[in-house]
Amino acid sequence: MPTAPSLLQRTPLYDRHVAAGGRLVEFAGWEMPVQYTGVTAEHLAVRESCGVFDVSHMGEIETSGPQAAQLLQRLLSNDVSAIGFDERTGEGVAQYALLCRDDGGVIDDLITYRLGHERFLTVTNAANHRRDLEWFQEQARAYPDARVSDAAASFAMLAVQGPAARGIVERLGSEPLPARMRAGERTLAGVHSLVCGTGYTGEDGVELMCAPQDAGALWDGLLERGAVPAGLGARDTLRIEACLPLYGNELTLEREPIEAGLGWACKEHTGFIGADAVERARRDPPAEQLVAFVVDGQGIARAGNPVEGGGEVTSGTHSPSLGGAIGMAYVPRARAGDGSRLQIDVRGKMRAAVVRPKPLYRKG
Amino acid sequence: MAQDSYPEELLYHPEHDWARIDDEQGHATLGITWFAQDALGEVVFFDPPAIGTTLTKDSSYAEIESVKAVSDVIAPLSGEIVEVNGGLSENPELVNEDPYGEGWLVKVRMSDASERGQLLDAAAYRATLAG
Repeated sequence: MPTAPSLLQRTPLYDRHVAAGGRLVEFAGWEMPVQYTGVTAEHLAVRESCGVFDVSHMGEIETSGPQAAQLLQRLLSNDVSAIGFDERTGEGVAQYALLCRDDGGVIDDLITYRLGHERFLTVTNAANHRRDLEWFQEQARAYPDARVSDAAASFAMLAVQGPAARGIVERLGSEPLPARMRAGERTLAGVHSLVCGTGYTGEDGVELMCAPQDAGALWDGLLERGAVPAGLGARDTLRIEACLPLYGNELTLEREPIEAGLGWACKEHTGFIGADAVERARRDPPAEQLVAFVVDGQGIARAGNPVEGGGEVTSGTHSPSLGGAIGMAYVPRARAGDGSRLQIDVRGKMRAAVVRPKPLYRKG
Repeated sequence: MAQDSYPEELLYHPEHDWARIDDEQGHATLGITWFAQDALGEVVFFDPPAIGTTLTKDSSYAEIESVKAVSDVIAPLSGEIVEVNGGLSENPELVNEDPYGEGWLVKVRMSDASERGQLLDAAAYRATLAG
């Protein structure tokens, strides 16, 4: 049942979304803009210049203390010892990882930033935040010198993405921005911000975190310099073109990282929870594999559409940058090769599709 | 079109479809309303039923897809399809740009002329949107 509107959470930018003509919809318990002027225009703004997304619904968990790195090494699939911190510049590394159960089932996918010698900030998916936090706290019991705290209420988050994004953000401050997959503190439009060289669109850009009460000033500064407000609709079409997984679609408790094609984010030698299952899956590959596809002809395959011979579509949309319909699907390994032809049951009509290498879109 | 509009000469179904009675032989043109196209967002695909397909009032007869989602199109009248808007296969965005003109969906031969009386006029349809 949909949550009653009064129970939905609003980000600090809610009034600005309304003022910008945003169409607000329920998303993971939040009232979020799905679009302003239109998905295609916002999508193309990100591909061609710069779009700004309010992603303040995403959660944050702070892990600190002498055993913080050890705890995270146990929780996260990637090698946390590679998340360095440069004391001189105050910049830390950003790293993508999965949070797995012992059987390899994916609890969430996360980016962790290092904020200091013994301080890490992990960004969670809004729908999973509570569950992630409980999992962190449960595992932290074995690490008395690590502290886990819920930092979701401490941050607003803006994703500024596109070829012009870095230039626009840089002009709000006076220093160069951290490089890709690096994070550092800057003052932007007078706002103390954590600037992260990360994103979810397949374009260059940054993600900015700041205190909720400062988000408006940052948003206004970005718009004044030409960033185009973009909603969840464009965020979805952009990430599907770039073949970036979305938790709940490509990633679930029932799938482990190898079949999702995320073996690169798993370093089993670290002994993370789920490492044994991942090692087994590498040795003895799972029956299905996540692929990207392009629909050959008419129709749009959508999440949940079955693939003939096994498997199903996890995400599908019309692609504004490539034209035509694209998507991702789990298919039997024998059908996962480049050029493999699929038949997808789109509400009773069979639609032809072809497996293509990921990502479907690569920035120029 | 950016501004909402509900022409007086059309008949409306509460599921956001319109019908234009074309002649006294019972031919009608069907489409979706400004409200429907605005809610859908940019239309990227219309999959028309075959000519000769029978429509039943209040039932889905086709699907229309926007970037965001797929939606059923509800028949405001019963009848048989005599023509489909072929222009939409190349330019589905006509449904957004001109929902009552170039963005029409199908033409039908009505099977029950009395159904006209069950549809709403523009004012009554607008009133359903106000809620």
